[in-house]
Amino acid sequence: MIELADVSVRSGEYLLEGMSFQVQAGAYAVLMGRTGIGKTTLLEAICGLRRVLRGRVLLGGVNVTGWSPGDRRIGYMPQDLALFPTMTVRQHLEFAQRLQRASQSVMAARVGELAELLEIGHLLSRGVRGLSGGEAQRVALGRALAARPALLLLDEPISALDAETRSSARRMLKTLNRQTGVTVLHVTHDQEDAELLGDVCLRLERTGTGRVQVICAGAAT
Amino acid sequence: MSASGKQQYPMVSNGRRGPLRDAVFFLVLGGLSSCFVLLIVLLLAADLSFTSPTAFAAALRKPEIQAAFRLTMLTCTLAAVLSVWVATPLGYLLSRFRFPGSRIVDVIVDIPIVLPPLVLGLSLLILFHQPFPLTRWLGLADTEAAGVGAVGAATGRPAGWILEDWLEESAGIPVTYRWPAVVLAQFAVSCAFAVRTMRVTFDQINPRAEDVARTLGCTRGQAFLHVALPQAWRGILTAGTISWARALGEFGPILVFAGATRFRTEVLSTSVFLELSVGQLDAAVAVSLMMVLMAVAVLLFLRWLGAGMST
Repeated sequence: MIELADVSVRSGEYLLEGMSFQVQAGAYAVLMGRTGIGKTTLLEAICGLRRVLRGRVLLGGVNVTGWSPGDRRIGYMPQDLALFPTMTVRQHLEFAQRLQRASQSVMAARVGELAELLEIGHLLSRGVRGLSGGEAQRVALGRALAARPALLLLDEPISALDAETRSSARRMLKTLNRQTGVTVLHVTHDQEDAELLGDVCLRLERTGTGRVQVICAGAAT
Repeated sequence: MSASGKQQYPMVSNGRRGPLRDAVFFLVLGGLSSCFVLLIVLLLAADLSFTSPTAFAAALRKPEIQAAFRLTMLTCTLAAVLSVWVATPLGYLLSRFRFPGSRIVDVIVDIPIVLPPLVLGLSLLILFHQPFPLTRWLGLADTEAAGVGAVGAATGRPAGWILEDWLEESAGIPVTYRWPAVVLAQFAVSCAFAVRTMRVTFDQINPRAEDVARTLGCTRGQAFLHVALPQAWRGILTAGTISWARALGEFGPILVFAGATRFRTEVLSTSVFLELSVGQLDAAVAVSLMMVLMAVAVLLFLRWLGAGMST
């Protein structure tokens, strides 16, 4: 389970204050809100890349507010995917495992699992420069999942894909959530994404007093 | 559009006037541009016409010029390696982080680029020979025991800890008017260029990849080593090459801080000066041409690197 309790976070001159919500373990939550309202800032605060000024971030009931990003067991997939241009697809999938000093056999097994789940087995020896949008997205997803995170943060993961790829990507994300049991927080602008994927819909909106808050939390419709 | 709906065209077609206007434009553009290109070509042609292959070869066979060539290769390479070693972390720091005083650091790093070369040499000389009175006040240096106080008393200078004396006595490395001074003088300037290059290199690398690496378990240092640094290899090569080329052309600070002693601190740039000062124009031109060839090789290498970056 992920819980934010009265979290305030700053992005330049922009301040998000008093953000509170909960997402149950294993749920697929969708976070919506207009462009520039602070969705990415909120994700960065949850995964520890941005300092939380006030409040608490709890993962599985544990307060991880002061923890470094690598200790939180969170997989993060940014909007631009941020693949590592000097690495092959296999090296992307091995990256987190190598940091944990996993054995070669464990690493190979995990790479095999992810390659099968994401259907990227044929890409393993390739670099990432020539990948299509859909392929790159699956590699980024595999990299984020490699260390078996408890929470997966997806920042507009399928917004840049064409309609057909988008549809199969949605199916893949939902399957992934069901099969691995990972809690997902998925940022999107697309109502269709929210309706087809979300168990829970969170909405960032500016209130009458000018504060940005999570004002809607409930089942996606 | 006219009332009848037909397009009204101008009486004189642009098609006729266009090429003439373009010709004037290209004439002005080409004329101004060719002035500078012509100047460079004429300079090189003048050098070439002044000497003959025989005189060139004879000058390059001189032992002092061969020694200067060897020292140049050694010092330029050391200065370039040191520059890259310092510029890579500094460029990364300036590119990625805003900290109190970061703008001041940014300005300080550029000072050697704009400082007159002689002033830089003089500053190095003062840095290595000026006593640091503060260290004496703080009790950090026993100046009497080290004999520095006596020197101070004899010369009328305020006594204190002196960098040159400390390096010579403690580490056994005399610097001023020795070859390490050549490296230091070259490094002081070339490192500034390397820092600029590395900063631009890291500015062009997506910092989010390092963020993702941190969520996967990397420390900031590991994210730098595993993610940012491998992407920066062309920038590192470029910084090294620029530093090397800048060190090759360095003259003023070397002359002031290292001197121009034959077989000791003479590098190719000071060879030109020494040969000119004794009226050996053939040798001066030969060394100059050799430096031109080295500079062209460096430029070609940089162009190749640039082409690789753009693809």
